[in-house]
Amino acid sequence: MSGHSTYEPKNPLAKWFDKQLPILSMSYDFMVFPTPKNLNYLWTFGGILSMCLVIQLVTGIVLAMHYTPHVDMAFSSVEHIMRDVNYGWLLRYIHATGGSMFFIAVFVHILRGMYYGSYKAPREILWILGVIILLLMMMTAFMGYVLPWGQMSFWGAKVITSLFSAIPFVGDWVVTLLWGGFSVDNPTLNRFFSLHYLMPFVIVGAVALHIWALHIPGSNNPTGVSVKSGQDTVPFHPYITMKDGFAAIVFLVLFAFFVFYKPNYLGHSINYEIADPLKTPEHIVPEWYFLPFYAILRAIPDKLGGVLAMAGAIVILFFLPWLDTSRVRSAKYRPIFRQFFWLFVIDVVILGFVGANPPEGWWITVGQFATAYYFAHFLLIIPLVGLIENPKPLPASISESVLANHPKGEPAAQPAE
Amino acid sequence: MKTLAKFLTAAALSTALLAGPALAAGKVKNAKDIAFSFEGPFGTFDRAQLQRGFQVYQEVCSACHSTDLLSYRNLGDHGGPEFPEAQVKAVAAEVEVQDGPNGDGEMFDRPGRPSDKFKAPFSNDNEARASNDGALPPDLSLITKAREGFHYPWYVSPFIKMWTGNGGPEYVHAVLTGYTDPPEKEADHAPEGKSYNAYFAAGPWISMAPPLTEDGVEYSDGTKASVDQMAKDVSAFLAWAGEPKMEERKTMGLRVMIYLLILAILMYLIKLKLWRDVEH
Repeated sequence: MSGHSTYEPKNPLAKWFDKQLPILSMSYDFMVFPTPKNLNYLWTFGGILSMCLVIQLVTGIVLAMHYTPHVDMAFSSVEHIMRDVNYGWLLRYIHATGGSMFFIAVFVHILRGMYYGSYKAPREILWILGVIILLLMMMTAFMGYVLPWGQMSFWGAKVITSLFSAIPFVGDWVVTLLWGGFSVDNPTLNRFFSLHYLMPFVIVGAVALHIWALHIPGSNNPTGVSVKSGQDTVPFHPYITMKDGFAAIVFLVLFAFFVFYKPNYLGHSINYEIADPLKTPEHIVPEWYFLPFYAILRAIPDKLGGVLAMAGAIVILFFLPWLDTSRVRSAKYRPIFRQFFWLFVIDVVILGFVGANPPEGWWITVGQFATAYYFAHFLLIIPLVGLIENPKPLPASISESVLANHPKGEPAAQPAE
Repeated sequence: MKTLAKFLTAAALSTALLAGPALAAGKVKNAKDIAFSFEGPFGTFDRAQLQRGFQVYQEVCSACHSTDLLSYRNLGDHGGPEFPEAQVKAVAAEVEVQDGPNGDGEMFDRPGRPSDKFKAPFSNDNEARASNDGALPPDLSLITKAREGFHYPWYVSPFIKMWTGNGGPEYVHAVLTGYTDPPEKEADHAPEGKSYNAYFAAGPWISMAPPLTEDGVEYSDGTKASVDQMAKDVSAFLAWAGEPKMEERKTMGLRVMIYLLILAILMYLIKLKLWRDVEH
């Protein structure tokens, strides 16, 4: 991406156009963009995420044509979509399941970045943009879940928006602003619908920046060793496009399994009951992808403290590039960090279970330990391991590491015919 | 897959028994699992069962419960009870629907049409409460999706429910058949006018008196109208009422899956061919 494009249009019309708006040479550069040839399938999740975003946009725009954002009609308008709109059930199940699929993909994408050190120089801005996208996604998903106006929509909205009242001095004012009144009511639903429609386009913008920032240093790779020569790379098209395409189809199989066979598995039964401000559900829990953060919120016995911890759990990701003291990117060559990485993953899963269960008995203790470990991972383990650890020797280049994978005398690839 | 589901359920139940005391404290009883025809990736509704279930709904439930999301025309829809058109019209015509205003500005009553929504037994929630000793009979349109009959310990629940679902139809069946005499220690402080039902989600005391009695309806297809049979039939009917596009969804799902799997294989072969000459 650095330097001038090598694309020279032959057609005079294309030449004239590209000179004024170099979108043709930009597209060309994207197609031939040199990409490490040793990427594994974890690197296909960037493409999968773009696909998820498009699916959510398309289904969401059509759903909005049939949905009514009013407390008296929202619930039945969703059921109208399910029953009377042509393929409305399909649109809604794709959109609802799509939210979960989006988060499955984004968690894999983030963990891949953590494992292979993709956040380290020269990709800090790329990483920060990614964290911003995660935040935007969380806001969008939260507001989207409110729109069907079921019991969990209403009470989830109430619990989460009430958290802002913990902010000193301006808290109550902020809550009133979010609600558009003095309780979660029609103005709340209206503004959430408006923002739920707006935010995805903000995400599109952030994704454009994310991809732009990716094209400056290029992709990281499983060795974490920078690209040294053309030997290390393949053109993005057709090599990566076809590989990403294959992975995307496999991902769609999982997606379709939920849409067609388990469309309500990832949601809450009680959200099929219309919102009732006078009837609090026994357990108020967010969608599964928020559970670890919900557990962190509840681990702190103080309201403001809990809110700060929950926000901190995401904000700390912004600082990850500078908390990591190791100069080796990939965990493949970091024997100690690699084990702590998996402990961190287990910790987040534990937090998920804690978040799903009522805060009673030993769940509280487990939640507090898991929360402490979450922050310790970033604030203690990552900085210290980088200082103590003796990394394994790095390959001289990507090509060399690829050759090392194939023992001598046993050619991995068939020679060209 | 059924066997696997059975095995998982058995495993869960045995762990649930081990964890018994912790679970029993103030918890609702697990609904009895029923092998409904509409379960599994290829399951479809049993038309005759839906028609019988509608009869139970019509003659028993609809005296107190509304089903606002259904229209009479849905009774003839593909993938539902599939009543013949004439019968749908006849069912709709049995109710008086308020329409209007007419040219003189007056509201008037007319016989129902297939395009009308199911007529609710009460005109508003307050009237419903007033007629039922203060209890509000819930709308039944989505009852099988909004309630859960199966409760498992936290460490197996997410995995088992992937196979068994939430047990919504089973819940309806369990409540309808689950009336018993209260245990002795509970009997002393029984609330007035309420019945004991260990399966009721907000229980164990329920305002609804046992609604089904042996031979309470007369099935035209000769099926014996036992309480258990009627409960199963009406649960199936309500499962359809909650998910009327289920058959269409599963049919399309199978086609989509086959399409995606073939496409995945083709994409994989393209990828292999393309990358064959690249050491990676």
